[in-house]
Amino acid sequence: MATDILDVAGVNVAFGGIRALSDVSLRVPERSVTAVIGPNGAGKTTLFNVISGFYRAQSGNVMFAGADLLSQPAHTRSGVGISRTFQNIALFPGMTVAENIKLGAHAQLRANLFSAMLYLGSAASEERAIERRIDETVMTLLGLEEFRDSSVSGLPYGTQKRIELARALISQPRLLMLDEPFAGLPTAEKAKMAGQIRKVVAETSVTVLLIDHDMESIMNMSDQVVVLNFGQVIAAGTPGKVQADPAVIEAYLGAEE
Amino acid sequence: MSAQVSAAPAASFGRKALDPRIELLSWILLVLAMVSVPLWGSVYAVYMACLIAINVIATVGLNITVGYAGLLSIGHSAFLGVGAYASALMWLHLGTPLAFNLVVGAVSAFAVGLVFGIPALRIKGVYLAIATLAAQYSLYFVFQQWTSVTGGDRGLSLPKIDVFGYGDTGFYYVVAFVALVATLAARNLFRTRIGRSFIAVREKDYAAQVLGINVVVTKLVAFGIGAAYAGVAGALLAAFLRIVNPDQFTLVSSVFFLAAVVVGGRGSILGSILGALFMTMMPDLLREVIAHFSSEGADLASLLSPVREIAFGLLIVLFLIFEPRGLVGFVDRALGRAENVEARQEH
Repeated sequence: MATDILDVAGVNVAFGGIRALSDVSLRVPERSVTAVIGPNGAGKTTLFNVISGFYRAQSGNVMFAGADLLSQPAHTRSGVGISRTFQNIALFPGMTVAENIKLGAHAQLRANLFSAMLYLGSAASEERAIERRIDETVMTLLGLEEFRDSSVSGLPYGTQKRIELARALISQPRLLMLDEPFAGLPTAEKAKMAGQIRKVVAETSVTVLLIDHDMESIMNMSDQVVVLNFGQVIAAGTPGKVQADPAVIEAYLGAEE
Repeated sequence: MSAQVSAAPAASFGRKALDPRIELLSWILLVLAMVSVPLWGSVYAVYMACLIAINVIATVGLNITVGYAGLLSIGHSAFLGVGAYASALMWLHLGTPLAFNLVVGAVSAFAVGLVFGIPALRIKGVYLAIATLAAQYSLYFVFQQWTSVTGGDRGLSLPKIDVFGYGDTGFYYVVAFVALVATLAARNLFRTRIGRSFIAVREKDYAAQVLGINVVVTKLVAFGIGAAYAGVAGALLAAFLRIVNPDQFTLVSSVFFLAAVVVGGRGSILGSILGALFMTMMPDLLREVIAHFSSEGADLASLLSPVREIAFGLLIVLFLIFEPRGLVGFVDRALGRAENVEARQEH
């Protein structure tokens, strides 16, 4: 039994009178793929935003590798080994593909103001090192070589999704959170994306927590599925178990009288 | 791979990075041009070159704050004032050398910039611009009213500086050298994590946080660096004009630098150079144009000053409408690096 790298316990979030998450608990075992599914408005992205530190939980705990996350500001996540992507791709359009991916390693680079301005010694050598690492790892892994020095704006949607994944991977995270990695992709690219995610999990020590609507992709690639409905966890377990769960069927297909 | 379905080669997407050889060549040409000014130019040309170099430093600084980090500031000249007064006071009271005074100017403006950068943590855009007006007016008030230190409206007069016994030419080379170093340093900054974090905060601050960027620190540093550049420019201006008084650091002057950023190109070092060059030369260019159309010398002087303000405003508006990327947009097009966003969207 693998240890749990992420432990969400009893998280409650309310916006005004609306309870977005009520008493949500889930555990993510290390080096596995966990998918969170649920109808629109079920609270999936809210859960991601709580883990990322964007929303404040009224109560509950989120532990990452044994350390409390919720007391830390959002920008500390990258340093402890959590990276994520966004539902509506959050790349920086004014920068090239390589520069966007470099930003993923921001927390690991050390250049200070003076060495950066002089661009001598450490600042220059760490830039060269990160460029080499990008070229050797994520560029080839995700087939982005041909776009390396193009600016991001105007690149096809599927390519932008892969660039964002590359940016999330370059920091060699322990937990990779993917917000709708399959949304908007044609069927062929969905399978490719799923294959790439599984390949990363197999080759590195990363753990994946993802949100999506695409049942087929999720059921095929996940080790564990957590189902949210109206801000509550209604089922959790292996894909097979969750698919057979009457509460899940009810949430997706409607209640039978 | 479906990305290739669109058939266009990668080169047609987006703007490619500039060939390093072209960039190196441009820097060499720039240095040659700067070095040669006193050799072929008149005394007036050297004077103008000095002023341009000082304005380049200030414009690069404002472009870091406004163009790269996206923090709109209309109080930039106040930070020039801080640098000018700080270095002038060091010089007058302690007799410290120019190089040291430049550092004092930069550090004091950086510190004051951090304080006036605090509103940038909470507000953006036009609201932030209004908040930076506070820097403009409160610092102007200090320059004017703290008479025992600043000399009030009369300001401070400085002795003539003589660099290695070469007089004005020697001083020009000092200014040119500082401008070159400051510009190169800014260019280097945007090759590293710090510069990238400015752009990230400007474009999507939530994504920047996820990538481990502390938005609060980044915004403050971006504001501070911009002010520090202004401080260096102010210290050089003080040594150059040999007088420091409050009326050098008014809102009009801040708008001048903002215009230089917009006309040159936001978020571009080359744009900062071109913008400062263009804006500093513009009064002379205007004079030429007016002289071309009017024969009477008397009309000239009376016409010039109001026309100047109108022309500044008109230029900003025209650039915003027709070439939002500024003069650097023309350069990109000439080098075939145009982004052609419209053309792409037609596919």
